[in-house]
Amino acid sequence: MRERLLLLRYVLAENPVNLVALLLLAVLLGCATIGPSLVPYDPIATETAVALQPPSAQHWFGTDQLGRDVFSRVVVAARLDLAIAFAAVLLSMAVGAVAGAAMGYFRGPLDTIGSRTTDVLMAFPLFVLAMGMVAALGNSVSSVVYATAVINLPFYVRLARAEVSIRRSLGYIEAARVGGSGHARILRVFLLPNILPALVVQASVNLGWAVLNTAGLSFIGLGVRAPAPEWGIMVAEGAQFIVSGRWWIAACPGLALMLAVFCFNLLGDGLRDVVDPRTRT
Amino acid sequence: MSTPLLSVRDLSVAFRTRSGAVQALRHVSFDLAPGEMLGIVGESGSGKSVTAFALLGLLDRAGRVTGGQALFGGQDLLRLGQGALNELRGAAMSIVFQNPRTALNPIRPVGVQIADVIARHDAGSPARLRARVLDSLRQMRIAEPERRAGAYPHELSGGMCQRIGIAMALACSPRLLIADEPTTGLDVTTQAAVMDVFRDAVRQGGVGSIFITHDLALASEYCDRILVMQSGEVVEDAPVAEIFSRARHPYTRRLLRSTPSSVDSIDALSPDEEPLPPAPPPSAIRVAPVLEVRGLCKGYAFARPRGVSNFWKPRDTAVLQAVDGVDMVIHPGEAVGLVGESGCGKSTLSRMINRLIAADAGEVLLQGEPIHRISPGRFAGMPARRQIQMVFQDPTESLNPRFSVFEAIADPVGQLLPHEGKAALRARVERAATQVGLPLALLPRYPHQLSGGQKARVGIARAMAVEPRLLVLDEPTSALDVSVQAVVLRLLTRLRREQGVAQLFVSHDLNVVRLLCDRIMVMYKGRVVETGTAEQVFNRPAHDYTRGLLAAIPRLRDHRPSEAE
Repeated sequence: MRERLLLLRYVLAENPVNLVALLLLAVLLGCATIGPSLVPYDPIATETAVALQPPSAQHWFGTDQLGRDVFSRVVVAARLDLAIAFAAVLLSMAVGAVAGAAMGYFRGPLDTIGSRTTDVLMAFPLFVLAMGMVAALGNSVSSVVYATAVINLPFYVRLARAEVSIRRSLGYIEAARVGGSGHARILRVFLLPNILPALVVQASVNLGWAVLNTAGLSFIGLGVRAPAPEWGIMVAEGAQFIVSGRWWIAACPGLALMLAVFCFNLLGDGLRDVVDPRTRT
Repeated sequence: MSTPLLSVRDLSVAFRTRSGAVQALRHVSFDLAPGEMLGIVGESGSGKSVTAFALLGLLDRAGRVTGGQALFGGQDLLRLGQGALNELRGAAMSIVFQNPRTALNPIRPVGVQIADVIARHDAGSPARLRARVLDSLRQMRIAEPERRAGAYPHELSGGMCQRIGIAMALACSPRLLIADEPTTGLDVTTQAAVMDVFRDAVRQGGVGSIFITHDLALASEYCDRILVMQSGEVVEDAPVAEIFSRARHPYTRRLLRSTPSSVDSIDALSPDEEPLPPAPPPSAIRVAPVLEVRGLCKGYAFARPRGVSNFWKPRDTAVLQAVDGVDMVIHPGEAVGLVGESGCGKSTLSRMINRLIAADAGEVLLQGEPIHRISPGRFAGMPARRQIQMVFQDPTESLNPRFSVFEAIADPVGQLLPHEGKAALRARVERAATQVGLPLALLPRYPHQLSGGQKARVGIARAMAVEPRLLVLDEPTSALDVSVQAVVLRLLTRLRREQGVAQLFVSHDLNVVRLLCDRIMVMYKGRVVETGTAEQVFNRPAHDYTRGLLAAIPRLRDHRPSEAE
């Protein structure tokens, strides 16, 4: 434990950007967990008397065309956006790691079929594929999760396959076979835990894409439906008011979106440092 | 005495690491005369490579010279900027790197790479440049230099690549040449050839050279003077002859005694250790053999990818016969050495015996039971699996980084003896650890917290915990320092004498095998070319290949004068 703390201190001191990423993550997670009970206004209650007001002491981020408080909506939206992103990334990581590890370990026809399938999947424009999937599965939050998971899947399959291919001929895998472990046990006990760090780094970067993807889908009206506070929808709604000078309706959720993606990308770099200091640039 | 070519005084280097600053070099001082060949010998972490890199200004970002000076041609190398160093490097001083394959650019022909170095410091007409490249290749005794100059590094063997590396380093006739373990990873016969070329080229040009190595015997054969380093300090600096007769520092003496070629029997190897139990008398009754191998074969198809131009042709059926009809018998308590160079099939053979890969033909009988018909996947779950265990080459990569020492040793026990209770398992693991001399306090540690020697012990304890009848050791000491190797070799002998476990010792190092084994098998191109007792193979080799192998082994110079006469 002490060693871990020392390592953490070293990584933070070496690269202060990691500290920024951790703080941003704390803020985002705080918004997602306790945000809804802290915000000053009901995020869906309309009050037309105060519609389209610029940022002020009462309404920090101003109000939108229906008089809803933009600040409250931006904070509350973190829960939905992050939940979708986390669920999708976890799902694709779990499926991708097992499939990719099996492909890398057994090779042969399983590998050929799996690799060609991921190739085909990656050949599609990923966002268009996600749009098609949500349209086919029905307009719901769960279909956004599945669609995001599927378009992220090839990255995990490829990464897990590559990592396992490197390790499958290492001494400790052969030692495990000499020690009487079967293939399934070698995959479960020896290989998957060892490739997990690489997958977590990938997941952290992927979280940013997943948030963007979710927002993108709801921006064009797929997935999350209108009154619910969600960054993509808010940007879409606010876009029509930018021309008339009411920038805050679109800009504030857009900024939140940018910060979230930025945070996950930084976090990925920081995690890479912790996992493997040699790849640091 | 003339003025030294290079004079290093009080060189100190520190590295910034996760656990604070580490002093890599402490007040290193030495002189190098023009034309002299100086050997720097030390074990890993002794700072020998850091010395070379510091002199050439090649330390990476975390390393910093904290003091001292290095005078070379009137300039202090440690105070020069990178621009001035660039003018010196390649022209006046040069380096040969450890791994020739990674030191050459894979996408440029080797002749062009040598020409690049020459052109950087001394441009001339293309015809003159080409002539100089061919000259330098000829000096390296490379046959058909015109054709080889156009070859890419991957088309050349490891030894050939290293000769190109030396040619590049010598291309601009430097006054100082540093060679950082230039023959590590090469076969012993290739090593001898490369070293001969290196020495002759250096002597011919009157170049002052520093030869960095971990192999005391190799340094003694080629160098004029030897510097022994231990944890960043120079502990001994003497001419070769003196080092062996009158080593002053205890570390040098220990290093000498740990070198396998310096002793005649395992009992004499680093005798400061606890004495070994006496060898049991050879049993009079011939017991049934532990392992019998008859006509074992394994071939690998040459993988030639199908391209657009040949997709319609029948598939290439050429097969490389990695193991070609090997017979072998191992009796209980016997140690058999399997010696050969890389690519001779010894690793493939040891993996077939262990049922890690399936054989194409032939029989493997473990205690009289045929096991060659059982598929490798199914053999893992069989009771017979326990009888034959293996110790792997690299102690670091043969341990799962996520298993503690206890888990690493207990894992095969849990799989192969699933009916033993928790207490019995614990007792078994502790007994195995004690057997290999691993302190029980290390059991909760993880591999990265252990030293190389401790990791090697864990690997052996893991194999011994299930009480096998046969232990296959695949170059178990090739990644270890000599002093650690000596300890591991003694440990293996102890296990054999106390437990009576038969050992098949696979190695490229005849000197090590000679100490450890009763019987030696020499393998060449997939076949066993010579079998005999250690004494027989060493003193009366029957096969030409064995003779070549024996001639190429580096021996400690001036060590046994009676033999030299």
